[in-house]
Amino acid sequence: MKKILFVEDEPSLQQTLGTILRQEGFEVVVALDGIEGLEKIKKEKPDLVLLDLILPKLDGFEVLKKIKGDPEIAQTPVIVLTNLEGTEDIEKALELGATTYLVKANYEIDEVVDKITQSIPN
Amino acid sequence: MAIDTNKIIKDLNIIRECREELRVGIWQCPQFLFIVMGGITILGSLATYYVGTQYAEPEIVVLITLGVTAVIFSIGHVVVANFSHIAQVNRAKSEFVSVASHQLRTPLSSIKWTLGLLFSGRLGRVDETQLPYFQILRDGTQRMIDLVNDLLDVNRIELRRFTLEPEKISLAGIAKGTMEDLSLFAKANNVDLVFRDTSASSLIMGDPRRTRMIVQNLVDNAIKYTKGKGRVEVTVGNEGTYVKCSVRDEGVGIPEDQQKKVFERFFRADNVLRYQTEGTGLGLYIAKSIVEMSGGKIGFRSKENQGSTFWFILPLVK
Repeated sequence: MKKILFVEDEPSLQQTLGTILRQEGFEVVVALDGIEGLEKIKKEKPDLVLLDLILPKLDGFEVLKKIKGDPEIAQTPVIVLTNLEGTEDIEKALELGATTYLVKANYEIDEVVDKITQSIPN
Repeated sequence: MAIDTNKIIKDLNIIRECREELRVGIWQCPQFLFIVMGGITILGSLATYYVGTQYAEPEIVVLITLGVTAVIFSIGHVVVANFSHIAQVNRAKSEFVSVASHQLRTPLSSIKWTLGLLFSGRLGRVDETQLPYFQILRDGTQRMIDLVNDLLDVNRIELRRFTLEPEKISLAGIAKGTMEDLSLFAKANNVDLVFRDTSASSLIMGDPRRTRMIVQNLVDNAIKYTKGKGRVEVTVGNEGTYVKCSVRDEGVGIPEDQQKKVFERFFRADNVLRYQTEGTGLGLYIAKSIVEMSGGKIGFRSKENQGSTFWFILPLVK
């Protein structure tokens, strides 16, 4: 079973997207802040990370930088799932190595699920 | 043409302008302070001349000149200080809009996704009788998201942080795609959407997402402001070294006295407000900004109760 780590501080989003992803047959692990996210990436070795950018304790950009700087986990695809949408934010996240950048409010939940399914390595 | 003296007097009434339009105290109002400065300069010059001819003592003349200069400097200082205060307030306003909009997006995404989950049937089938009510929630949520997106765009335009990512695209292709997306909306409103491409080439350097937004705003307006059955015609053609896209409707039109305000933020025509309240008055302002940033021009002609034609031109790629 493929494992997804969902780093998101908003419980309702975890619940809705989490429910669908579990129904689609993924194992979903959640983290509520940047520090917890980073710890769980190392511990759980997920196949894909869903990462919010505005997070307590350690923001998403820092988390992304640390993931890509650690050879052990650098290969894990990271989908940025956020409500920031400034060009500079998008460029920064993609430069740091994010696979895809999705603005939550502008995607239907099914579209998000499709993107995740496409990005997860076989 | 008769000269409206009352209007001229009203326009010249600076005190009224300061109190009612700018809502600042008289001694903080630049318009008033400039007049005071002018008055002091004139009086100072006259006084200097008088003293100079009467007493002819250079020290006194110099003293008066210095005194007048000092007063003008202090008033100038007040004007500058007030201006920077206004600039700060304006920035605070933009930041407030930005923070509030981003904060709104989180709960809005959460509602949108929850509705998506309910609609998907993954939690069990939604009752047929309940479906239209869920649809109302969904439409309402989408409208709020669109409004928040528009507000963020307007904010970015004002802060000059609005950026385009141009690539080589076909305007005809974009227009056609946008119309396909809007075809259900047109049908629901009993509007025939017609597309004509008479261009030899419609290749431009444009940001695909933003260029789409221009067409979408114009066509969406054309459909929305057609009352009852009607026809909306979108034409893409060449005009010199430009591609022109026009959107013609047979809708309610824009009253002549309001036509110069059409591209202003939050503009809603009176006749439109009478029919319906949907719409934010931001779409055309954003469209104009995108067109101008892409090196083009936007305009329209309109007659109340007969319809409007909105057009924009963008430079062709050689």
